[in-house]
Amino acid sequence: MSEVIVITSGKGGVGKTTTTANVGTGLAKLGQKVVMIDTDIGLRNLDVVMGLENRIVYNLVDVVEGNCRIKQALIKDKRYQNLYLLPSAQTRDKTAVSPEQMIKLIDELREEFDYILLDCPAGIEQGFKNAIAAADRALIVTTPEVSAIRDADRIIGLLEANEIRRSNLIVNRIRMDMVESGNMMSMDDVVEILAIDLIGAVPDDESIVISTNQGDPCVGDSSLAGQAYMNICHRVMGEEVPFLDLKTKTGFFGKLKKLFG
Amino acid sequence: MGFMDFFHRKRSGEVAKDRLKLLLISDRANCSPDMMEAIKNDIINVISKYMEIDNENLDIQITQTESEDGHGTVPVLCANIPVRDMKKRS
Repeated sequence: MSEVIVITSGKGGVGKTTTTANVGTGLAKLGQKVVMIDTDIGLRNLDVVMGLENRIVYNLVDVVEGNCRIKQALIKDKRYQNLYLLPSAQTRDKTAVSPEQMIKLIDELREEFDYILLDCPAGIEQGFKNAIAAADRALIVTTPEVSAIRDADRIIGLLEANEIRRSNLIVNRIRMDMVESGNMMSMDDVVEILAIDLIGAVPDDESIVISTNQGDPCVGDSSLAGQAYMNICHRVMGEEVPFLDLKTKTGFFGKLKKLFG
Repeated sequence: MGFMDFFHRKRSGEVAKDRLKLLLISDRANCSPDMMEAIKNDIINVISKYMEIDNENLDIQITQTESEDGHGTVPVLCANIPVRDMKKRS
């Protein structure tokens, strides 16, 4: 049975696209047949994060308008045979697609794929409505900042109002050194405020910047972020995985400094 | 917590958490400033029937308090109404 998951946040720039790319790639790595849909019409990004920007012929709007068949628009990933991308259109806007059209498109994809991931645009307007229309569950991405958390809370309310009952939280860009010094909210703080289940915490890691530069998601590699994303994929599939210890290793002098800091 | 932190003020992470908790209560309650103003005026009208109050310095806000059964916090409507004169009931 296939599952349709929307990755959303409300606020922009918190890591929706990076999360979509890493969770999509990770699920494919675990043997699932996955399609990622970039629903951010007008601001196409998932293709470049995946390193597939040179292979685009048709896009989401072409499919919806009947200019091509779904199969023609799907781009096969470089690394995994069972991973596909349906890119967004760059020269159109959100009104080019309606929620009803999204539901129809996704119903067709359900027959082919185990997981359908929807990379949602920022905001709560038409693009958001299109992205959530066909979703079974949601991954809400936030960072430990007041603005991102406030927007996440609004999104949680809107998802509930739209009958999407299974929402999980990903706290992104955690800096454990700042959490330890009391200058950043912890995962527990964010979970307490938003009152939804945590499915993963991803540290603010250089490897994300590097892998995005290269168009090659870091999920499953030895970096902390890569491990964190892999754990999220296992949890998405319903497995229980203990949370990573994101604490930075401090030496003797570091501890001494903190004691007197 | 380090030794020197004893002398520090509240750390910014905690400040953020406290601010958010308050903010989200009013966000979730969908209490517009207009509605708060209307509640305020109604309270003034009711209380004024019985005593003379200081309308200018009346303050109402939605905050939160520990719930009585000890399970987390619940929203609470707080009204601070300075009384000028306890009028005799006629």
